Amino acid sequence: MSEIVASVTVMTGLSLVFAAVLAGAYRFLRVEEDPRLEVVEDLLPGNNCGACGEPGCLAFAQRLLDAELAPGKCTVADEATRVEIASFLGVEVGGDEKRIARVKCAGGLSQARSLAHYRGMDSCRAAVLVDGGDRGCSWGCLGLADCERVCTFDAIAMNAEALPVVEPELCTACGDCVDVCPQDLFVLVPESHHLFVQCNSPLVGEAALFPCKVACDACGRCALDAPEGTVEMVNGLPVVHYDREVLPTPAATWRCPTDAIQWLEGKQFAEPEEDAAPRKQRA
Amino acid sequence: MSAAAAVSAAPSTFRHGVHPPERKGATDALPIERMPFVGEYVLPLSQHTGAPSKPVVRVGQRVRRGQLIGEPVGFISTALHAPVTGRVAAVEPRLHPNGKTLPAIVIETDPYDSQRLPAFAPLDPSSLPAAEMVERVQLAGLVGLGGAAFPSHVKLQVPEGRRVQLVVINGCECEPYLTCDHRIMVERPDAVVRGTAIIRDRVGAERAIIGVEENKPDAIAALRAASADIEVVPLRVKYPQGAEKMLVDAIFHREIPEGGLPLDLEILVNNVGTTAALADLFDRGVPLIERVVTVTGPAVARPRNLLVPLGTPLSAAIEHCGGLTREIRQVVLGGPMMGMAQKSLDVPIIKGSSGILCLDRATSVPFREFPCIRCGRCVEACPIFLNPTRLAQLVRAERLDDLEAHHLLGCFECAACSYACPSRIPLVQWMRLGKALLRRRKEAG
Repeated sequence: MSEIVASVTVMTGLSLVFAAVLAGAYRFLRVEEDPRLEVVEDLLPGNNCGACGEPGCLAFAQRLLDAELAPGKCTVADEATRVEIASFLGVEVGGDEKRIARVKCAGGLSQARSLAHYRGMDSCRAAVLVDGGDRGCSWGCLGLADCERVCTFDAIAMNAEALPVVEPELCTACGDCVDVCPQDLFVLVPESHHLFVQCNSPLVGEAALFPCKVACDACGRCALDAPEGTVEMVNGLPVVHYDREVLPTPAATWRCPTDAIQWLEGKQFAEPEEDAAPRKQRA
Repeated sequence: MSAAAAVSAAPSTFRHGVHPPERKGATDALPIERMPFVGEYVLPLSQHTGAPSKPVVRVGQRVRRGQLIGEPVGFISTALHAPVTGRVAAVEPRLHPNGKTLPAIVIETDPYDSQRLPAFAPLDPSSLPAAEMVERVQLAGLVGLGGAAFPSHVKLQVPEGRRVQLVVINGCECEPYLTCDHRIMVERPDAVVRGTAIIRDRVGAERAIIGVEENKPDAIAALRAASADIEVVPLRVKYPQGAEKMLVDAIFHREIPEGGLPLDLEILVNNVGTTAALADLFDRGVPLIERVVTVTGPAVARPRNLLVPLGTPLSAAIEHCGGLTREIRQVVLGGPMMGMAQKSLDVPIIKGSSGILCLDRATSVPFREFPCIRCGRCVEACPIFLNPTRLAQLVRAERLDDLEAHHLLGCFECAACSYACPSRIPLVQWMRLGKALLRRRKEAG
């Protein structure tokens, strides 16, 4: 009997001592935290995607409180949320224009020549280590969907041509696809930049067209047709400049023999139905 | 030195490793044949470890066999020579055996030329100053012919404050199927021995040892007959004994530290083919314009050991060997363990290509992966005592810091783990992926 009393007493005494220590720690060792931090963090989407350049949403919220960043830097939150955060903190919404991940390759299964059957691991990053993947083009999409798997927002879906289609509505420009692609095919493009080159091959002429029907063969017509200085041929590929006095126009795409340069509004890559009626026939 | 005591009469070897079927029977008794010239040769500017060569010829220019067409850029780089007399047809990107499309010099053979080599002046290694000798080797385009294609002159240049006590010549040829080094040792033991002596005298080593696996008794006998003061050490047949770290372990039972070189143990390792090419350079003045390649495998009609000009397309070499059979499934450049499957037969034979392996339905089986059963066979196979299955899991989880902590970078991709794995997990592909991830992270900063 006395053992029971003793143990209960000792345990009660111990818990009281520890409770006192905890209470003391809470009182004297407490770090004061801005109460707004929790509110702002709750408002943020909580994906911890890193698109803003911070390690996560909490770190971003801290930078917001310190007025080092604007709420608009969060590309994941919708407009209402950003405005709410901005009004809560009493700052401008700020931030850059919405950007979208675009793919610099249109060489799907039926366009880009495959030279062999790849039988290894189902991953672009692994396939590229085995003789550079199965495609005849050394710069193009391998179609094994590493980007689709890495996308936190389900914004990338592989189409029937094994090309990644980015859904502009869902894309938050977090840059995970840019990092994962072994061929470096993704670029984050501001939404208003419609003129885009869907090819990554520096080859010129027949050499470019042999491995892929929709490659840029560096004919340079886009550079001639575009307003002065907006399209420039560099290393066998057109480079679009949006920082010149005039803005690029769709004229650059009109004479492209392979549709490698595109005026994009919305998704990339036409649906197969539309593809069945080609706008231009290549000789 | 203490290592000398370790060299005993009984065949020694390193710890761990695997012993795949050797399958050298198809070509190990066939003499090396010179392949006739073909119409076009493709010479990628990057055939070696280090900076690509810089072309010194123009399109349309006539070149003579053995003429310099690419010069080295920096010290870790080497020269490139015309393998045939003809005309430079193009300098353009072409498919490289590594799967990328890289700049190459394309030479169209002159069909009316005798293709006789111009008379080169032989060099006397004993009278040549050391610096000039290193330069001559660089300008001859000599690289390691075992596979990694590391420029040979870099090895001959012993860094300040270091010394080489031992020269080891690598005649293991541990990859199954390949017999090109074997045939060089049998047919040209004098060149191997002469090259060994040149290297030994150049770096001031006390001893030179040629390590040969005991499945090549004729090569061991030929080398012993040709050499008086160079030891020929038979080694037990095991893969990957031809890796220089393993060869040093096999002969001296000493380990080269991770990230280190044999030089850290005052040893220099060279391949037999390279050694013979070095002898050719000094005795006949011939730069590296051709190499021996084993064309073999169950899916090629007549397996052979061919002496081919560099830049010969794989298709031409296979054609010369009777072409592919209908059973062809996979063409691998190099051996079955470390070679690279090729997607196109238009790629050229380059300095580091030791074999063209044509595999059929029975020998190139698509793998079906099963879960790891923790049998530990990959751990027992790994010659450098890594834990491949653990590393594969870490790559899968992209835990890059842990990968470094588990010494992934020590892995030299011998594929012994993949070979040993009963679940057919593509372990070596995981290793390569992990190394690529680490490389990418380092580049990104």
